[in-house]
Amino acid sequence: MNDIVLFALLTMGLLGATLAVILYFVAQKFKVIEDPKIDLVEDALPKANCGGCGYPGCRNFAEVTVKSANEKQNLEGLNCPVGGNAVMKQVAAILGLEVEEKEPLIAVIRCNGSKANSPAKVQFDGASSCAFAHNLFAGEGGCQFGCLGLGDCVDSCDFDAIHMNPETGLPVVNDKCVACGACVKACPRGIIELRNKGKKDRRIFVSCINKEKGGPAKKNCSVACIGCSKCFQVCPYEAITMANNLAYIDFEKCKLCRKCVEVCPTDAIHELNFPLRKVKAETGAQEIQEEKPSKVAAVATAESASQETKNDNIV
Amino acid sequence: MNSLKTFAPGGVHPEENKFSENTPISSLPLPKQLVIPLGQNLGAPPKPMVKKGDEVKTGQLIAKGEAFISANIHAPASGKVAKIDDALDSSGYRRQAIFIDVIDDIWEENIDQTPDIVREITLTKEEIVSRVKECGIVGLGGATFPSHVKLMIPDGKKAEYLLINGVECEPYLTSDHRLMLERGEEILIGIKILMKALSVDKAIIGIENNKPNAIQHLTELSKNYVGVTVQALKVKYPQGGEKQLIKAAVNREVPSGKLPIEVGCVVSNVGTAFAVYEAVQKNKPLIERVVTVTGKGLSNPSNFLVRVGTPISDLLNAAGGLPENTGKLINGGPMMGKSISSPDIPIVKGSSGILVMPVEESRRKKPNPCIRCSKCTEVCPMGLEPYFLSKLSKLELFEKAEKNNIMDCIECGSCQFTCPSSLPLLDFLRLGKLRVGQLIRTRK
Repeated sequence: MNDIVLFALLTMGLLGATLAVILYFVAQKFKVIEDPKIDLVEDALPKANCGGCGYPGCRNFAEVTVKSANEKQNLEGLNCPVGGNAVMKQVAAILGLEVEEKEPLIAVIRCNGSKANSPAKVQFDGASSCAFAHNLFAGEGGCQFGCLGLGDCVDSCDFDAIHMNPETGLPVVNDKCVACGACVKACPRGIIELRNKGKKDRRIFVSCINKEKGGPAKKNCSVACIGCSKCFQVCPYEAITMANNLAYIDFEKCKLCRKCVEVCPTDAIHELNFPLRKVKAETGAQEIQEEKPSKVAAVATAESASQETKNDNIV
Repeated sequence: MNSLKTFAPGGVHPEENKFSENTPISSLPLPKQLVIPLGQNLGAPPKPMVKKGDEVKTGQLIAKGEAFISANIHAPASGKVAKIDDALDSSGYRRQAIFIDVIDDIWEENIDQTPDIVREITLTKEEIVSRVKECGIVGLGGATFPSHVKLMIPDGKKAEYLLINGVECEPYLTSDHRLMLERGEEILIGIKILMKALSVDKAIIGIENNKPNAIQHLTELSKNYVGVTVQALKVKYPQGGEKQLIKAAVNREVPSGKLPIEVGCVVSNVGTAFAVYEAVQKNKPLIERVVTVTGKGLSNPSNFLVRVGTPISDLLNAAGGLPENTGKLINGGPMMGKSISSPDIPIVKGSSGILVMPVEESRRKKPNPCIRCSKCTEVCPMGLEPYFLSKLSKLELFEKAEKNNIMDCIECGSCQFTCPSSLPLLDFLRLGKLRVGQLIRTRK
């Protein structure tokens, strides 16, 4: 009996010792020397693995960041949109570098072809996939650039930041958006754009990407951009460009003066989170914004909710 | 008659509903304006050769196909070019089209308009191919693949059989059936022309057994044409598919991802054979075709010979007007056709039929979970696993879908037709094919 136990212990012990020696040498031979900073950077990252930075996963981003810091001594072109400036500062601190502050971005839906604005002409009862429907037909409302409302963007979001509004049939982005860009890639029509979050969340953008001439565009949707160029002419900052019967507001040049919103004949230009304007503006809209933001800020949220037709798809 | 030839595996047998099979082909009066979309063929759309205000004659070239896979378009009627602008196509997208205000019907001088049958084939092989190309002939079975490309056999390959598709396996449609009955002689001459162009000595016309009069008629006529035989086939959808017809008629299987020429076959539709006859013997370009207008609610389902560019609403009016309970308008047959968003869109070269469906039939049933009954696998004529492929495509596992041969899917819809859970199998298969196609193209 004792012999058996002894024999078992001996063989197992010997086997263990031999394998341990082999493993030790193998481990030495194939040792991967890794910068310990990679682990530190990875710990600082949000670990959402969303791909918003352009790299597959947070670990890979950490590797690229450390590599860039070691080789180029800067972090140019590297940004974690989910963590924002706070995380990037932390990362920079670990690597002993400085990082520029970046304006936070947010996803913006550039279509307002709601069920009321672009009434359905046909009904679609096929597979609930925008990518499929985009290839199949122009859309229930008839606009070949507009939102199909089947929710590929909602499926793509890892942050619970985009939902369908059943009343309008359009997606709505909420505050949880971290601008990872997943929905931008998921939308087969390229409706979603990442835009500047703006001061106090105030944003102005053209909520339409219809490149058709005014007539056909307006036929399908009452709030389409008809390419009339009125906003282009009125903009004092040259922030608006016209191409393919469509206006586009460059958010880096836009100073949020709201002049374009006033002149737009089809209400295609949207303003978000602004205080309600006075019935008769004696002074420029820009001044109102600069002078009296604090007084009206509290009212703004309540009022913006009342601006239903304009705001309900984004707020 | 002993057991009839057909393809295996798979296939379904939907209700035939061939209401218009006894209605002779009739012509329609010309509309006031023709809208001719440029993208009518598979491949690159041709470039317009006319501009606004130009006077055109019937049969005049108005758009030239410059790419290798492209087809010319000719004026379907004489008149004035009103504009070249975007027009709605069948999917509701706006695509470039030529608008012609019709004034009379003055034909180009070199087109033979007489009904006399020209039997003697005088053109050489090369001349036939170039004539087919000039006349803008495309496959009229529905895929609209430019015919001259099919006639140019790649080096190192040899065609043995010319298969003529008179199957018309789609329910409701009868345009090919009527054409075979009324223009049988012309079709056979067209087949002889195609045989000469391909240098083959055997041609088989495949016809499903639900058209006994067409089988009899063409068998009778084919006695005068050496090498042409008629093969009766069992009624089974999708026998009109290229690969299925080859399997049914000559029992050969086209390898995955390859063309029929790989097994020595070239497949053409009876409509195409007729168009080739008109092009080669009469110098008449492809400007009109036979379209079946049918449906359960329609008062007189008919077969019309219409010019390309005629609005579908004209055809519907001639067939007794749109019934009140219309739920869906389909361009093509019920299995593979695409529903259209408006009756104002024009007839194109590939329109074989217009189907009007009542509301109660046009709605899809609510999809239920897959019960793993494997019916879709049983009916798939390509031997694929539709439930699996559609799931892969839904989960965006496109590489895996490619490995499981999603690109072999012919989009016949048998799987979705047979699914007891009413799953949108074909929708996801189409999406998967689209994405896998993009993947393959980016790899190149």
